Amino acid sequence: MSTAIELQSVTKLYRRYAHRRKFATLKSALVSGSLARDLRPEETFTAVGGVSFSVPAGSAFGIIGRNGSGKSTLLKLIAGITKPTSGEVHVNGRISALIELGAGFHPEISGRENVFINGVMLGLTKREISERFDEIVEFAELEPFIDAPVKTYSSGMYMRLGFAVAVHVEPEILIVDEVLAVGDEGFSLKCLDKFSEFKRRGKTILIVTHGLGTVQQFCDEAVWLDRGTVQGRGDPRRVVHMYLSDVAAAEEELLSAEDKKRVDETMPDAESADQETDDTPTDGEPPADMFRASEGRWGSGDATITDVTVEGDDGPTHLFQSGDRMTVRMRVTTAEPLDDFVFGISIFNAEGICCYGTNTDIEEFEPDTMAGEGEVRMAIERLDLVEGTYKLDVAIHTREGRPYDYHRLLHTFRVKSETKDVGIYRPHHTWTFSSNIRFRKPAGD
Amino acid sequence: MLANLRRLVRYRGLIQTLVTRELKARYRASVLGFLWSFINPLLLLTVYTIVFTVVLPGFRGNDVEPYALFLFCGLLPWTWFSSALLESSDSLIAGGNLIKKVLFPAEILPIVAVLSNMFHFFFALPVLALFLAFYARPLQLTELAWFPVVVVIQLTLTLGIGLMLSALTVHFRDLRDLLGNLLTLWFFSTPIIYPMAMVPSGGKVIMDLNPVAHLAISYQEILFYDGPFGHWRWLLALGVFSVVTLLVGYALFDRLRDSFAEEV
Repeated sequence: MSTAIELQSVTKLYRRYAHRRKFATLKSALVSGSLARDLRPEETFTAVGGVSFSVPAGSAFGIIGRNGSGKSTLLKLIAGITKPTSGEVHVNGRISALIELGAGFHPEISGRENVFINGVMLGLTKREISERFDEIVEFAELEPFIDAPVKTYSSGMYMRLGFAVAVHVEPEILIVDEVLAVGDEGFSLKCLDKFSEFKRRGKTILIVTHGLGTVQQFCDEAVWLDRGTVQGRGDPRRVVHMYLSDVAAAEEELLSAEDKKRVDETMPDAESADQETDDTPTDGEPPADMFRASEGRWGSGDATITDVTVEGDDGPTHLFQSGDRMTVRMRVTTAEPLDDFVFGISIFNAEGICCYGTNTDIEEFEPDTMAGEGEVRMAIERLDLVEGTYKLDVAIHTREGRPYDYHRLLHTFRVKSETKDVGIYRPHHTWTFSSNIRFRKPAGD
Repeated sequence: MLANLRRLVRYRGLIQTLVTRELKARYRASVLGFLWSFINPLLLLTVYTIVFTVVLPGFRGNDVEPYALFLFCGLLPWTWFSSALLESSDSLIAGGNLIKKVLFPAEILPIVAVLSNMFHFFFALPVLALFLAFYARPLQLTELAWFPVVVVIQLTLTLGIGLMLSALTVHFRDLRDLLGNLLTLWFFSTPIIYPMAMVPSGGKVIMDLNPVAHLAISYQEILFYDGPFGHWRWLLALGVFSVVTLLVGYALFDRLRDSFAEEV
C-alpha cells in the first residue's frame, strides 16, 4: 500500500519573544539592517517533538490527545500551513484541511458568493464549484438562506456551509480537526457518513478529535500524542485505552492534590479554625449540619482523624468503577482515653445530596474504650453508585453528637461507569425478557 | 522565486475572486452602494478645493487654473497609493484567520489590497473624465497613451512597497500607526495640492528623490497641462526603480513568509 502522509522526526518549535526585545529589534533592525538575524527567537516552546509516522493511502487515521498536546500543530504541519523546524513532512495528493470551517467567509456577502470564494481558496475552479453548487447547498441544508449575507447565519449554519464546501473539494487527503461537533446530531451523522464515503472511495482521512468513540469505530489506526510526542500508535481500541488510562492517572493525581490541599487548608492547628466549635449547641441531631454543603473541619479535638484514605482493590485511589469494592480507612488518635465515641461516614454527590450516611452508633456498636492511635476501616462491598464525583464526610463524635473531629466534604472520589444511567444509586440488577422480545445487541457487549 | 510566481499564476482565480469580494463587500449595506466609488473622490475634491480656494486662497500657484481639475489629477492616484499601502500593511494581520487555517500563498492578501484600490481608482476615472469634459481641456492621444504606462508603474511601485509593509507589519505592529502619519507627510511632500513650479530650488532635490512626485507630475502633465509629455525620462527611470522595489519587496516577503502563520 502506498503512503499518503509520511512524517520523519518532525519537530516544531514556537518562538516566544520578550516584549522589551521587540522594541530593541525594530530599532536595531532599522539602524544596522540586521533584520533577519534579529528575528531569531529568544525562547522556544516545543509544540511537536520528533514525531514520525506514516499514514497509508486510503486509511482513516485518528490523532488523540489532551488539549495542548500538539495535535493541531501537527495537522497544520501536514497541511503545509506551517513549516517544521526540523524533520520532513511528505504528502502525496491534494489536501483539503478542515482546520477551521468557513475560515475565509466574508460576513457581508451572501452564502452563495462565499461558497464560490471559499471553493476557489480551497483550490477549485469556478466551473467545478458551479457544478457542485447545488450539492453543496443541499448538503449544508441551507437552500432558503443561501442568498442572505453570511453575517445573518447562526454559528451552526456557518459551520455547516464551511464543512459542505470543504468536503466537496474532492481531496485525496482530508484533514479534519475537531469539526464533528458541528451542527446537531443529524448533521454529525451526515458528516460521518460523508467520511465513510470518502473511505470507501479510497481517500485518506486524518482526524483529530476528542470523540474517542469516533476514533474507535471509524479509524483504522490511531496515534496518541502527549506534550508533542507520540505516546502510542496502532490499533485504535488499544491506543484509546492507553490514552484513557493515562487520563485516569492524571485525574487521580489531580483529585488527590485537591484533597490534600483541602485537608491542609482546614487543619485545625488552631481551634478557631472554623464556623462551628465545641460549644455549639449539640442536640444530638447532626443531620442539621449534614445538608449544609460547605466544606470544612471542626470539633473539640479530644480525638482527631489524622488521615483518611479511600482504597480500591489495588490500594489508595480516587477512581472507581461503579460496583467496585471500596474501603474508607481513617487513622484516629486521642490524647486521653475516651469511652464515648462514634465513627461516622457519609457519601455526598456533587449536588450535595446525601447518598448514604451511617455511623457506629446507628449500627449499635457500644463504645468501650479508645486510646492512642488506631485505625478504622469501613468496607463497602459494592460501590453501586452512578457515574459522578462524590465527597465524603468522616467524623468522630460523642453519642450525643458533639464532634471531636468532623471532616466536612474534604475527601473526594470519582465513580466511572460505561453505562450512562441516571439517578444516584445503581441497584445491582438484571433484565430478563420472554422469548418473543428480542434485542439486536445483547447486553454486556 | 519562479516557482512562487507560477503558483501565483495558478491562484489568479483566487486573486480575482478576492478583489471582487473586496469591491462588493465594501459598499454592501450602504444606501448609495456602489455610487460611493464616485462620490468619495468628489467629496474629497470638494474639501480640498474649499480649503485652497476659500480658506487659503493665496497658497496655490498661478498656472493651476482650474484648480479643482489640477487637484483631481494628483489626488486620485494618491488616494490609490495611500489606501493601498494602509490596507496592505494591515492585510496579513486582518487575514490572519486565512493564513493560519487555509493553505494559500500569503502574498495574495497585500496584492488584493493593492488591486482593489486600483479598481477604486479606475471607477473614479469617469468622474475625472467628466471634469475634463466640463472644463473642455484639449487632450492629445499621444499624451494619453502614456497614461496606462504611468498606471502600470504606479502599480509596480505600490505592490513592491505593499509587500514590504505587509511582511514587516506582522513583526512590528508599530508600523501601522507610524504609516498613517508618514503618509500624511508624504502627501504634503508631493506636488499634488501645489504645482511643481512652486517648489523652491532647495526642495527640488527632495522632489526628485520622491517617486510619487514623478507619478503625480506625470498624471498632471498628461491630463492637465498642454502637451507634449516632457517627463518621460524621469518616468522611465521610476519604472526601473519600481521593478527593483517590487523585487526587493517580494524577496523580503518571501524571506519572512514562514513566520506569518505563527506571528499573526
